[in-house]
Amino acid sequence: MANKEWPLWEVFIRSKQGLNHKHVGSLRAADADMAIENARDVYTRRSEGVSIWVVASNNVFASNPGDADSLYEPSDSKIYRHPTFYEVPDGIEHM
Amino acid sequence: MKELDIATLQKRFQEKIDNDIKIEPRDWMPDDYRKTLIRQISQHAHSEVVGMLPEGNWITRAPNLRRKAVLLAKVQDEAGHGLYLYSAAETLGADREETIDDLHSGVAKYSSIFNYPTVSWADMGAIGWLVDGAAIMNQVPLCRCSYGPYARAMVRVCKEESFHQRQGFEIMTTLANGSPEQKAMAQDALNRFWWPSLMMFGPNDAESKHTEQSMRWKIKRHTNDELRQMFVDATVPQAELIGLTVPDKDLKWNEETGHYDFGEINWDEFWEVVKGNGPCNKDRIDTRRKAKENGAWVREAANAYAEKRNKRKAS
Repeated sequence: MANKEWPLWEVFIRSKQGLNHKHVGSLRAADADMAIENARDVYTRRSEGVSIWVVASNNVFASNPGDADSLYEPSDSKIYRHPTFYEVPDGIEHM
Repeated sequence: MKELDIATLQKRFQEKIDNDIKIEPRDWMPDDYRKTLIRQISQHAHSEVVGMLPEGNWITRAPNLRRKAVLLAKVQDEAGHGLYLYSAAETLGADREETIDDLHSGVAKYSSIFNYPTVSWADMGAIGWLVDGAAIMNQVPLCRCSYGPYARAMVRVCKEESFHQRQGFEIMTTLANGSPEQKAMAQDALNRFWWPSLMMFGPNDAESKHTEQSMRWKIKRHTNDELRQMFVDATVPQAELIGLTVPDKDLKWNEETGHYDFGEINWDEFWEVVKGNGPCNKDRIDTRRKAKENGAWVREAANAYAEKRNKRKAS
């Protein structure tokens, strides 16, 4: 207990209304409330945000970069999912 | 893992680096790349944290409220920079507490410049102008470092540092335009901080054992001597503009190279300070160690409080 290190938290900041929260880094804090207060001091000293999320780092599950080929290849090959795949006759507007 | 696999991984890794594709925490990387980064990032973090001490020395004695508010904000930034960097080091698997203990036991180094004392208010000017100026010269290319979390931390740091340098130069300008005593104070600070600032870029290229590999890995983008020259070229005209004299009798503009030639750095002094024999090495580490020891009960109490609240929520 005496020397237990505070847990690690991932910090996400919404820079202004209308935008997504974006990962900015991490910090250590004893609990979620302290993590938010610390995130305010560490990551928003110059009005960088209007909203903060903190997530305990051990609750983040990540894909394995080694699997990238098999995970994303199926979408790479489906070029017909992009509008540029289709031919539009001259003279057609707003499509 | 098979020999062949490691060779393939290594090849792919270097290809990414060569193509300026960033390396992210969960990507495969050679052990030495990881070790080099942990060493560099934690040293960098320690420098930010220890760097608060020479300036903290003057917060209560700033000449007016504006200067005091500015100095407080600057020192708070240094704390923040330390925290960005410790968290970047943690993405490589470094343990934060161990990292900090390495500083306290002397295993890890920090920038030698912070082992010099700050004996007058003008030193706040010299530090902002020269020390932060040199740090910016070092850090701007690090924004393009091959390791993603380090590069992103550097982008934030560089954005914030530019005010640090300007506030220092403003202090120097004000003193240089003030009474003869004030101008002498500014000159004295420049005299004491000039050479240690040049040492901040590290040993000459021929002596720098990490440079070559770090450049191949794109952790570093310029050599120590290149960065030092850029700093001298940028700073000398600034000193001239405010009527101060750079304390180097060999300093002169070289028409042919388009750079300033400057005198030989006292490398004996540099290595002595690195080894721990600078004017303030012991004092800096003692202060950091005490801060950790004296704060132990606060960290412990915060843990106990968090635990109690968690229990209450659960019941």
